[in-house]
Amino acid sequence: MAKKEAIEVEGTVIEALPNAMFRVELPNGHEVLAHISGKIRMHYIRVLPGDKVLIELSPYDLKRGRITYRLK
Amino acid sequence: MGIEIKSEKEIANMRQAGKIVADVLRILSERIKPGMKTKELDIIAENEVKKRGAVPSFKGYHGFPATICVSVNDEIVHGIPGDRVLKEGDIVSLDFGVIYNGLQGDAAVTVPVGKINPTAKSLIETTRGALESGIAAACDGARLGDISAAIQNYAESRGYSVVREYTGHGIGRQMHEDPQIPNCTDAPYGLKPGTGPVLKKGMTLALEPMLNTGGWQTRVAGDRWTVLTADGSLSAHFEHTIVVDNTKPEVLTQGTYG
Repeated sequence: MAKKEAIEVEGTVIEALPNAMFRVELPNGHEVLAHISGKIRMHYIRVLPGDKVLIELSPYDLKRGRITYRLK
Repeated sequence: MGIEIKSEKEIANMRQAGKIVADVLRILSERIKPGMKTKELDIIAENEVKKRGAVPSFKGYHGFPATICVSVNDEIVHGIPGDRVLKEGDIVSLDFGVIYNGLQGDAAVTVPVGKINPTAKSLIETTRGALESGIAAACDGARLGDISAAIQNYAESRGYSVVREYTGHGIGRQMHEDPQIPNCTDAPYGLKPGTGPVLKKGMTLALEPMLNTGGWQTRVAGDRWTVLTADGSLSAHFEHTIVVDNTKPEVLTQGTYG
């Protein structure tokens, strides 16, 4: 089964919102609304403002993303 | 993150999963004929998987309702089997995966229904060739982008476009593992040759070029699954699960065609 292409970028968490949503700033200054991928949620990885994270963007909607990894 | 290297034992189970996938796809290719409903193919596949002691991996994956994806003519991938009746001259992409002892196999072929026109025939042959040239590029020490470039060059030099928005993928205990494997080199979708992760012996990958006779752009149907060419042109899809090795990769789903 083909995988839906996703674009991966690094960003910094600015604000934790309710429902496990986060505002994330990208290096180009854009802001993305990101939710947490199931994998991170399952492993109880806490994401806090100031954390550097990897997010997957959909090529269709660059304003929304999915946090797939918290960078050390 | 990171691309897993599989153990000999994991690869042995994936070899078995791959063989089941190949056997079932070959049976479907032989049975397909004009007048058949696409859901009949799904029923055959489900029975054949059960007989072989494996579990279909697509059914229930993010809510996909069937054992196989059946994508006809301008449908690229993820078509849901149903009441559509196949006609002489259609081309049908069959995409299918199983889990055996916890490990996955995944492959796809595009097959003709009865007699097809030369354009459709050439599209099918080129898509198969693009997959094979991608596989040939997947040796230990190469970069992921070398696979993407091989596939795109093969397809575009013969006048076809490659779909950007859907990719191949790592495979193992999960159907979709890292990395995603683009079929093109253009930003933001693709990877240039000589870039991307270095391939190592023991990585298991599913390569799957999707080629169109028209443009590469896609749209998704009202069922939210079926992906079609935006311009209504014909599309074909071939996929194999492989293990990266020193020189030539081993194809775990060998025998799905020809």
